[in-house]
Amino acid sequence: MRDSNFEEAKSRYESVVAKTLQRNAERRSEFTTGGGIPLERLYDPESLGDQGYTDHIGFPGEYPFTRGVQPTMYRGRFWTMRQYAGFATAEESNARYRYLLERGTTGLSVAFDLPTQIGYDTDHHMAAGECGKVGVAIDSLADMEVLFDKIPLDKVSTSMTINAPAAVLLAMYICVGEKQGVQASQLSGTIQNDILKEYIARGTYIFPPHPSMRLITDIFDFCGREVPKWNTISISGYHIREAGSTATQEVAFTLADGIAYAEAARRKGLDPDQFGERLSFFFNAHNDFLEEVAKYRAARRLWARIMKDRFGATNPKAQMLRFHTQTAGCTLTAQQPENNIIRVTLQALAAVLGGTQSLHTNSMDEALALPNEKSVEIALRTQQVIAYESGVTNTVDPLGGSYVIEKLTDEIEAGAAEYIQKIDDMGGMLAAIEKGYPQKQIQDAAYDYQKSIESNNTVVVGVNKFQSREADTSNRKLLRVDASVEERQVEKLKKLRQERDNVAVNERLENIRQGARDEKVNLMPLILDAVRAYATEGEICGVLREEFGEYVENIVL
Amino acid sequence: MEGSVHPLTEKALNGDARSIARLISIAENRGVGPTSQGKTEGEIAALMKELYPHTGKAWVIGVTGSPGAGKSTLTDKLIEYFRATGSKVGVLAVDPSSPYTGGAILADRLRMQRHTDDSGVFMRSLATRGSLGGLSRGTREATSILDACGFDVVLIETVGVGQSEIDVMRVADTVCVVLVPGLGDDIQAMKAGIMEIADIFVINKSDKPGADRVVNEVRAVLDFLKGREWMPPIARTVAETGEGVPELGENLRAHREYAQKGEAGKTRERDRLSSKIEDILLERLSASVFRLWESRRSEILQDVLDRKLDPYSAAEMLLP
Amino acid sequence: MSEKKIRVVIAKPGLDGHDRGAKVIARALRDAGMEIIYTGLRQTPEQIVTTAIQEDADAIGISILSGAHQFYFKRVIDLLKEKNASDILVFGGGVIPEGDVPSLLEMGAGAIFGPGTPTSTTIEWLEKAVAVKG
Repeated sequence: MRDSNFEEAKSRYESVVAKTLQRNAERRSEFTTGGGIPLERLYDPESLGDQGYTDHIGFPGEYPFTRGVQPTMYRGRFWTMRQYAGFATAEESNARYRYLLERGTTGLSVAFDLPTQIGYDTDHHMAAGECGKVGVAIDSLADMEVLFDKIPLDKVSTSMTINAPAAVLLAMYICVGEKQGVQASQLSGTIQNDILKEYIARGTYIFPPHPSMRLITDIFDFCGREVPKWNTISISGYHIREAGSTATQEVAFTLADGIAYAEAARRKGLDPDQFGERLSFFFNAHNDFLEEVAKYRAARRLWARIMKDRFGATNPKAQMLRFHTQTAGCTLTAQQPENNIIRVTLQALAAVLGGTQSLHTNSMDEALALPNEKSVEIALRTQQVIAYESGVTNTVDPLGGSYVIEKLTDEIEAGAAEYIQKIDDMGGMLAAIEKGYPQKQIQDAAYDYQKSIESNNTVVVGVNKFQSREADTSNRKLLRVDASVEERQVEKLKKLRQERDNVAVNERLENIRQGARDEKVNLMPLILDAVRAYATEGEICGVLREEFGEYVENIVL
Repeated sequence: MEGSVHPLTEKALNGDARSIARLISIAENRGVGPTSQGKTEGEIAALMKELYPHTGKAWVIGVTGSPGAGKSTLTDKLIEYFRATGSKVGVLAVDPSSPYTGGAILADRLRMQRHTDDSGVFMRSLATRGSLGGLSRGTREATSILDACGFDVVLIETVGVGQSEIDVMRVADTVCVVLVPGLGDDIQAMKAGIMEIADIFVINKSDKPGADRVVNEVRAVLDFLKGREWMPPIARTVAETGEGVPELGENLRAHREYAQKGEAGKTRERDRLSSKIEDILLERLSASVFRLWESRRSEILQDVLDRKLDPYSAAEMLLP
Repeated sequence: MSEKKIRVVIAKPGLDGHDRGAKVIARALRDAGMEIIYTGLRQTPEQIVTTAIQEDADAIGISILSGAHQFYFKRVIDLLKEKNASDILVFGGGVIPEGDVPSLLEMGAGAIFGPGTPTSTTIEWLEKAVAVKG
């Protein structure tokens, strides 16, 4: 592709650079991406080597999907603007969802409070003080009915950030659908259902790995038959990155998790061409713009190769890595919080240029507390400005072919493949987690990053440079969830336990217990039955805790 | 010995957790307690003297083996096992100090935290603080403190760096060596050390592939011990689930019975006390000699530099 | 030969699983020569206080990002009082709005380190505070 004058022009450029450097040194002796990948001064056609375009990069909508999973990308339809939300009780969260839907959000994303995420009812002693704090409190189907009141489940797609007890919350969602007259086969949405990253980075696990993997494949199997439009897992790099990993590690550990799930599904006898279609991913959008754009492209290409070569998938939809993105919470600063709007804008733009299928943009006040309505609106508007005003959506993969983007895509892919090889050598992701390998890598990266900020090698505007004095954030209007929320929720729960048919509840819980003891039984229908009888989440998880035991984290510091 | 007992000792002997914890700190700090600035090394000696008459009752069990062998999880299950029989349990978990900064992250008790709500359990994490051999310098005293304060069983989890775990033998009545499949422990290479210290072999994670191989390798090692009075049994456990822990408990009891009945236990106790006295001697001697050296250092050094004195004669001048 | 080490319990109370900050500060304190007792996730206030007592800790560092800080600081500080261990310092960090800091200090917390605080600030504070209490 090079023209005849290339060599001459390049050496001319290099001698000019040499002279320039004599006069003015560059800002630093070496430049790297946020994740430590060395950056050259300049990338040019020579940087890319001789890989052919078609096999290596290819066209959008075609293997290996480097340039995106849709042939027309955002010229056809924008990404789903999906704002993660939920707090206090079902009533308050229902109101927030309707507020967001009115303002043009196109999909819901439910945040649950910690007791719900860890399978405790609000009145459990471990749940004290946590009710409704980081998300909505859901104890039973009764709460779920309120949460989706007047929201037609056949019209919205709903993503639920729920992992260890994903089966229970999905069952509740299906039951709400039933009550609205919407069949399970019409429901669309996602459950996160990704337990491995809980062990690695996020911490909201309940059961040990083996029974957890069984629950996950039970869901794959059940949904394949009954809820075919549902994304049964969202394999998440987001939290791995929030815990401090580099971009390359984020890709590597997420895809290695994906491999573990695909292997578990295959062992259960499921077909990669089928379950492969229902796997979705979830990535972080961090600060280093170029590296982030390249990261999504690398992940897409690497996953396509894994599904094709390792699992023999021939169905293009099973080879495609479709993903949700959230801007990086850990980059938000409590100092000068308005700056966060700008950070979020750049991060969101990187996700769009990386070809995301859906996007959550963080609110400026999230380093301080849960976001208030005003800041949630600005966050959503940020997406809309990118979609409707910036013009980047009017041509497919506008950065494709950029020398630096293609080069970084190659490097992240190669770096991630190397980590995956190491994990394969250890015997797969479960074995690696037991050794503490990904945990240690992530902690090392997090600590290095902290040291780099403290030595001013990394600049965080408003924190270690350009600080301003009027850092008074105390008068800012922050969303508060007070203690009365917990009291109300406990009252509701008490009432529910009095009014429901407790004989039916106990019988169905006992069925779950028996089912848990037999690996051949799919637990999903049993959980659905218990949920229909208004068994609480804590009761169902309680039975499973007794049968499966609880996970204890593996600390490698 | 006569006269009033130190209030700290008195409270500790009455089971006050804070006082027990303070005593252990004083032992670890070699005399400098957190609330006793300016006190000398004599303090630990005085306190240990007061405690000694109350010691000798506890059953001290060492748990040693490579990092990743599941020692903490196993210790957690042993606490449960002994609590079920009504014994009060003390736990000392040793982790390495950083050789560069002297700091340490002590995370062993993470796997035992469920027992913090049980007043019959006292757990303490110790950093090695530069000592080699799998235990910290204060471990021996800490064991005696827990013994004196009424803990029937004291479990010591060693650092587990592999070869240099001999120290635990000089503290524990019964030593469990924990092995696991797949860690690449070369049992042949460890043979000498293991034969020395193991009273019981525990093959943990025995549900994993390769467990049988580890058992066979240990059996081969044990062949060398034929004819000994006590043949270390091999217990298979899955600490994560508690599988095999009751059987391990029975092995432990069998060893305890054997040690208490025959001469072996008494010999071991005699050796242990002898090494304890030797340790104190060493510590005291080197402390006093080095104090002297510090005070006369520049003067003596000058003489040696000027060739007025040779290093040997210099050292002899300082020795008692 | 004598050496006194600053001992600190780093605790994650409640159900919050975000332990990046807790682990970073644990490492930073270790690298400053302190001994850190790391108890892991999902600790009850009772467990935290008992741990600090058994470990004869000089201080307890609490990391919370879930918004439940008022609840947990109060429980930990009350329990320390109950057990006659108020000399054990309590400090913390996480997602804690500046407006909440005065009330946490009033209930007895020694210091609250908000987002973006350099670890060196925490180290200096601890060294000084432990020296003062003796």
